[in-house]
Amino acid sequence: MSEKTYQEINARIRSGKAVVVTAEEFIDIVREKGLARASREVDVVTTGTFAPMCSSGAFLNFGHPAPRIKMHRVWLNNVPAYTGIAAVDAYIGATELPEDDPLNSNHPGEFRYGGGHVIEDLVAGRPVRLKAVGYGTDCYPRREIETTITIHDINEAILFNPRNAYQNYNCAVNLSNRTIYTYMGILKPNLGNAHYSTSGQLSPLLKDPHFKTIGIGTRIFLGGGIGYVAWHGTQHFPAIQTDASGKELGPAGGTLAVIGDLKQMSPRWLMGTSYLGYGATLSVGIGVPIPILNEEIARYAAATDADLYAPIVDYGEAYPNRKPGNLGYVSYAQLKSGKIVVQGKEVPTAPLSSYPRAREIAGILKEWIQKGEFFLSEPVKLLPSPADGLTGKVLKG
Amino acid sequence: MSPRKIVLRFGPEISDKPIIYRLVKDYDLVMNIVKANVNPQKEGIMVLELTGDNYEQGLKYLREQGVTVQALTHEVVRNEQRCTMCGACTAICPTGALYLDRPGMEVRFDGDSCVVCQLCVKACPVRAMEVKL
Repeated sequence: MSEKTYQEINARIRSGKAVVVTAEEFIDIVREKGLARASREVDVVTTGTFAPMCSSGAFLNFGHPAPRIKMHRVWLNNVPAYTGIAAVDAYIGATELPEDDPLNSNHPGEFRYGGGHVIEDLVAGRPVRLKAVGYGTDCYPRREIETTITIHDINEAILFNPRNAYQNYNCAVNLSNRTIYTYMGILKPNLGNAHYSTSGQLSPLLKDPHFKTIGIGTRIFLGGGIGYVAWHGTQHFPAIQTDASGKELGPAGGTLAVIGDLKQMSPRWLMGTSYLGYGATLSVGIGVPIPILNEEIARYAAATDADLYAPIVDYGEAYPNRKPGNLGYVSYAQLKSGKIVVQGKEVPTAPLSSYPRAREIAGILKEWIQKGEFFLSEPVKLLPSPADGLTGKVLKG
Repeated sequence: MSPRKIVLRFGPEISDKPIIYRLVKDYDLVMNIVKANVNPQKEGIMVLELTGDNYEQGLKYLREQGVTVQALTHEVVRNEQRCTMCGACTAICPTGALYLDRPGMEVRFDGDSCVVCQLCVKACPVRAMEVKL
C-alpha cells in the first residue's frame, strides 16, 4: 500500500504539481480508476460545509480609551457581549440577543438580530455601535463610553467557535399535531416535512470518520479566510452508526473547535441567521483539506451520499424530552432525492445546510492549494476517534 | 373599484371540505378563482377575487373553518445577494414556487407560482425573502 507524508504533499503543492480535487470529484475518480489508483494519484481531497453553527463567537479587544475603562458590561448594536475577562476584552456569542428583544413572548418570535448578526456586521466592515459601562477603579476610572467602531479600528477580532462542523446531524420530523418552530426550522404537524442539515458527501468530518488526519493545528478554510482546528469541539462524541443487523451507516457525533483571525474573513461565509421561534445564530463556512496519505484514508474520503446516513428523530415529543432512540436511518442520497418514507408515509425533505455553498467552499480551498497559497499542516495531536468511546452525559436536575 | 384579491390557505384536515361552495351558497358572494392548488401534502391554496354584500361575514366564516385569509397586495422577491441556497424554505413553500433544482441542489424561485402567502419570509434563516408593496 502506497503511503504519502504531509512533507511530500506540501513539496508537491510548492512545485505546483499536487493533485487536488474536491470530495465530489474524488468520488468520480474512485469510480472511474478504482480506489488503489485514485489513492496513489490524488494528494488532497477538499471538503466544505455552510450551515448555522450556534456555538460560535468572537473575542474582541477594543483598545483603551483615554481615560481608561474596565468594561463591566458591553453592548454591540444593543447585543450584550461577555466581559468577565480583562478590561477591554469581550466575547460576542452568536446566539446572544438584545435585552429588549421580545423573544418568544409573541410566539413564534422572529429573532431578527443577535450576536451572529453583530459578527456579520463586523466582518463586513460595517460600523457597529459600542456601549460599555464600568464601575470605576483607581487604574480604570472611566464609567461609561458610547462610540462607533469598525473591525479595522479595534486591536483584535478573533473568531473562536467552540463547536462547529458537526459530523452528522438528525433528520428532524414532527409527529405531533401542531406546527413546531425549532433550530431545525419549521416542522409541520403529522410528518408534514423532514429537515436535515449536513452537506453529506462534501461534509468535512463525514470524510474522516476515524480522525486519521484532522487534529489540533489542522489548517482549514474558515469564514472565507484561513483558520485552524483548535481542539475537538464540545460534545465531541464520535461513533460509527450501525443498524439492527450491525451494518455500518457512516459516522456521527464528531465536532470541531475552530479559531481564526476574523479580520481576514468575509461576510459571504459568516452570516447572521434567524430561526423563527428559536433564536439567532451564525451561519459559518468551513472547509477541511484531507491529505490522501494512504488507501484507508482514501476509502473514507470517497464515501458517497448513499453510504452516509442520518437518524430520523421526532422533534415533536421525543427530542425535547430527551427520549432515546429514533425512527430509523435514511441515507443522504434519499434525503437529497426530495422525499423519504417515515412510518409508511411519504415525507418531503429539505436541507438547512447549503449544498451549493459547500461545493463552492471545496472549490475555493482546492484553488488555494493548487495556487500554492495554502499548505497542509500536520496536526500536533489527532482528535479523539470512535475508538476512544467518548459519550455524552445527562445533566441531573 | 376592482374586486379585492385574497389568498386562502387550507390545512390538510380541511382541504377536502366544500368550504367554497358554502361561501357562494350561504353568503351569496361573487368570486373569480385566479389560482387554486392542492399539494401532495393535501395543503390547499387559492387566490380569489371576491365581492358581495356579505364579504366580511364570508371572511369570518372562512377563518372559523380554519382557513388562513390574507390580502394579495404584495409581491415576494428574493434578495439574490442574501440567499445562501440552503433550502430551508423549500418544504415550507406550499405551491412549490421555491424548489430545489436537482442534482445541483440550487434553490430556484418561480415568481409566477408564488401566491404571496409569505411563509418563506419568516422561514428564511438569512431573511433573503422580502415583501414588496
